Parts: sequence; structure tokens; C-alpha cells
Amino acid sequence: MNRDAPLVLGIETSCDETGIGIVRGRELLANVIASSMDEHARYGGVVPEVAARAHLEALRPALTEAVATAGIRLEDLDAVAVTSGPGLSGALMVGVGAAKALALSLDKPLYAVNHLVGHVGADVLGEEGPLEYPTIALLVSGGHTSLLLVRDLTSDVELLGETIDDAAGEAFDKVARILGLPYPGGPQIDRVAAEGDPKAIRFPRGLTLPKDMEKHRYDFSFSGLKTAVARWVEVRRDAGEEIPIADVAASFREAVIDVLTSKTIAACKDYGVPRLLLGGGVVANARLREVAQQRADSAGVELRIPAFSLCTDNGAMIAALASELIMEGAEPSSLNFGADSTLPVTDIHVH
Amino acid sequence: MSNVILSIDTSAGTSIAVVKDGTVLSSRSTPDTMRHAEIIGSFIHEVLSEAGIASSEVTHVAAGMGPGPFTGLRVGIAAADAFAFGAGAILLPMNSHDAIALEFLDTDPENNVAVTTDARRKEEYVSFYTGLDDQGCPIRAHGPAIQKPGEYIVTDSAYVQATEVPASWLGVLAERMLVAGRAFLPFEALYLRSPDVTMSNGPKRVVQEMRGGQK
Ligand SMILES: [Zn+2]
Repeated sequence: MNRDAPLVLGIETSCDETGIGIVRGRELLANVIASSMDEHARYGGVVPEVAARAHLEALRPALTEAVATAGIRLEDLDAVAVTSGPGLSGALMVGVGAAKALALSLDKPLYAVNHLVGHVGADVLGEEGPLEYPTIALLVSGGHTSLLLVRDLTSDVELLGETIDDAAGEAFDKVARILGLPYPGGPQIDRVAAEGDPKAIRFPRGLTLPKDMEKHRYDFSFSGLKTAVARWVEVRRDAGEEIPIADVAASFREAVIDVLTSKTIAACKDYGVPRLLLGGGVVANARLREVAQQRADSAGVELRIPAFSLCTDNGAMIAALASELIMEGAEPSSLNFGADSTLPVTDIHVH
Repeated sequence: MSNVILSIDTSAGTSIAVVKDGTVLSSRSTPDTMRHAEIIGSFIHEVLSEAGIASSEVTHVAAGMGPGPFTGLRVGIAAADAFAFGAGAILLPMNSHDAIALEFLDTDPENNVAVTTDARRKEEYVSFYTGLDDQGCPIRAHGPAIQKPGEYIVTDSAYVQATEVPASWLGVLAERMLVAGRAFLPFEALYLRSPDVTMSNGPKRVVQEMRGGQK
């Protein structure tokens, strides 16, 4: 096996994107993403069984396209990589079953890796050169909201905090529904909020009160915020008042972003880490990037945000993380690992 | 040229076999319905080693497309599809009930047999067969269809529950179908039921809920 610049194919099926990525060392060769988002739109959120069915159908076309885009021959691969968790278990299992069989069909080693750490690993594929450590990483999507302290990508990742109820992306979806906006909520809220006043309504910032900060300094909660928005809107609707949708959207978005960025910058300061990496689909939110940049600048923190196609769930980040592991001499996974919906971030490489 | 078939079925437990020119060279099966993703890799590895077959020698991959419980069923189909892709082999999607019917009818080709899978919620999947044809393939007269137990009853028919689907027989049938030039199924899992989701009628009211929760 080439351990200097391994050619790795990564399979990602933890949520609603079927991702197949191919990397050579730290060079990105292909990043094919098939999303079942449209199929979830009518339900207003990701339906696990719908996502899992879509993965099965999308797998072969995505594999075919990735190999063609990368311009490689399958037999030239050094390894196959796959997300073992965390994520939706039925969805993860499709990827795990496929990855094991693909590796065996090619007689190649298989690396099972952690999805969240994969989001951090995506950064190595960027043009800005390798990430320095330690770094704080904030990963925000429809499936997770996690704050990590990464001392070393392949060996030392610590979970500082995560959401104790809804993921941030989920909160965007739910508030969009309250406002009568379509799914997915993130881009819709973002669009409507552009015309609104973020200071119009002071919505609660979850887990920021002193008593909460003791126990949940780096944890997030968006359920209370969602309920507060719903209540605010209902009371006015019941009274027959017009709802200032732009102001509600802007104020809600500001509350989410305020909590995300303030807790994250606090972690950078507390741990004396002058580097911050953002990842996950919610990074598409322009206001999040803007506030993160402002607060990082004033705190003297270097901010890194990978290209958007590497921020959403994708197979390239899984291949990239495995490639780093291989370059450091890590041994392949056994054939016996499973899908682990609650895989902790400390399990970077599953054996 | 020989047909070397890797046969995979996870519609019940996990079952994998290698069938070369109609002869079963190796097989592994477990009725465990909880660990498909964990087991499938070692089973594929073991059947190929025991048969002395290299992955590149596999010409076809037979895939049991169900019917069966969704989550486990997909593991085998995904594995079969990916193996075929990697090995450059032809994927053969098949009805898992056909394998059980063949196992049953092979010794008694004139008999009738109904194969059933528990579909939960007081329903079952049923396929009904009326013997083997000239090429030794089961003649499916009905199904697979979802129905209430006892809804489809044929007198004088044997009933077999699909609690274990033998990949060995699935592979043997795939060989017979290839020789006879039969059509295989399209690449669609036989879920026989829509995803369990109820459409929401918009967001729930919270004001009412809050009041309801207060005394
Ligand atoms: Zn993710």
C-alpha cells in the first residue's frame, strides 16, 4: 500500500446525502454527492427510512460517477474508507455493507472512520495548506451541533460540547415551518432574514445563563428557542396581527448564531487555541460566516472554512481522514465493525 | 466460460454462498437478524477463501432483494451491488422467496408451496409456487404480496416460513435462470410497504401545549 499519497475512495451515508469521494493523499480527485433532500421536503425533515432507501439507489450511480470524475482505475485504489458513525443507523448500514463488499471485491484494505472527525478532516483538502493543531472545530448541520477540541486529527479529538436537544439545522427547519416557509429551512430563513431586523425581537439564547454555563459551558440547546418563536408568532396570529416574518427570521437567526459563535470563541479563549474551523451544512449560512469572522478577528483567532461542497456531508472528507490515518501508518479496520449511531468523537478510527 | 456466482441474502438472517456452474462450493449462514452489517464482511471473505475463488473470478453476484425487514435487507443488497461494481461482475437481483421454494421443491417438484415472511402488524408477505418447470426453476403463481394471514390459502399446499433464506439455493437458482435465459428482477428492494411516516399537518401549537401543561 502506498502510504505517502494513498489513493482512497470514501463512502458516506450517515444522513441524507450519499457521498462518494476520492482523494490521493491530500489532493481531492472527486466529490460526488447525491442528496435525498427533495424526498424529505414533504415531511419537513429527514425521514430515516426514506434516507436509507435513497442511499441504496444512489450508491452505484455515485460510485460510477466518482471513479469517472477522478479518472482512476478501481484496481489502483490503495484503500476504501467508510463512515461507521455517528448518524442514522439504517442509513449508515447501507454504506458499511457496501464498503465492506467493495473492499473485498478489490482485495483492498478498509478503514472505518468517524463522521464528525471527517468534517474536520475535510480541511486538509483545501488550498490553504495543512491545518495546524490544536484547533477548535464547530460542526453545525441538520444532524449535529458539536464543538470539538482537536489536538491531533488522527489521534486526539475531544468533544467539548454538543446540542442537548435539536441540532441547529433542525431548529432552522422547524422555525421555517412555523413561518410557513419550505424545507430545508436554512436557506429560506437566510433569504427572508436579509430584509429583517436582527434586533427586532430578543429571543432567548439557550444555555447561556450563569447557572446553565456551569454545567453546559459548551453545550447548545435550540428547543426552547424554537418554542419561543412559535409562541411569539401564535400570540400575534391569534390576535389577528400580521407577522413580521423578516424580523422574526432575522431575530431567530441572530439568536442561533450568537450562541454558536459566542460559545465557540469562549472555547478558543478558555483553551488558548487561536484557530477555529467551521464545518457542516449550516456553514452555508452567510450570516454565520460573517459573525464568526468578526468575532474570530476581534479575538485574534484564525478562522478556516472549507469549500461548501466539503462542509456538507460528503465522501471526500471520509477518504481524506482515512488517507491521513494511512499516511501515519494506521492499520486497516477488521471486517467486523458495524454501524454505530452514537459513535463518540474519541473513536476516530474504528477497528 | 464458467459462471462463478457469489450469492448474498440478508432478507432474514445473513446468508452467503459461492456457486460455480451450479455446484455450491461454500456457504455461511446465520439466523441472527440484528447484526447484518457486522457479519457480512467476514462471511463474504470466508466463502471466497473456502471456495478458493479470487474476487476477480466472480462473474455474477446474486442478490436476494427480499421481501424482508427493511434495515437488514438493504445491507445485503448494498453489499451485492458494491461487490458487483468492484469485481466487474453482473448483478442478478432475485426474489428471496424463490430460493426457499427451490430448496423445498427440489426433492418434491410436483408439490405446491407457499413461502411467507412475517411483515408485522398482523400481515405477511406470501409467494405461492406450483412446482418446478423444465429448467428446474420454481413456478411462482402468486406474489410476493402482502396480506393478512390466511387471506391467501391454497388447499394441499405446504407452508414454509422464510426465517432463513439459503443463499446456496439462491445461487443455484441464479445459475439455472442464467442457463435458461430467464429475466432477473429490476434493482428494487422488495419492501412491499411505504416508509412509515405520517404527514404532519403543519407545526403543532405550542401556546395550547404550554397551557395544557400548567395547573
Ligand atoms: Zn455531518
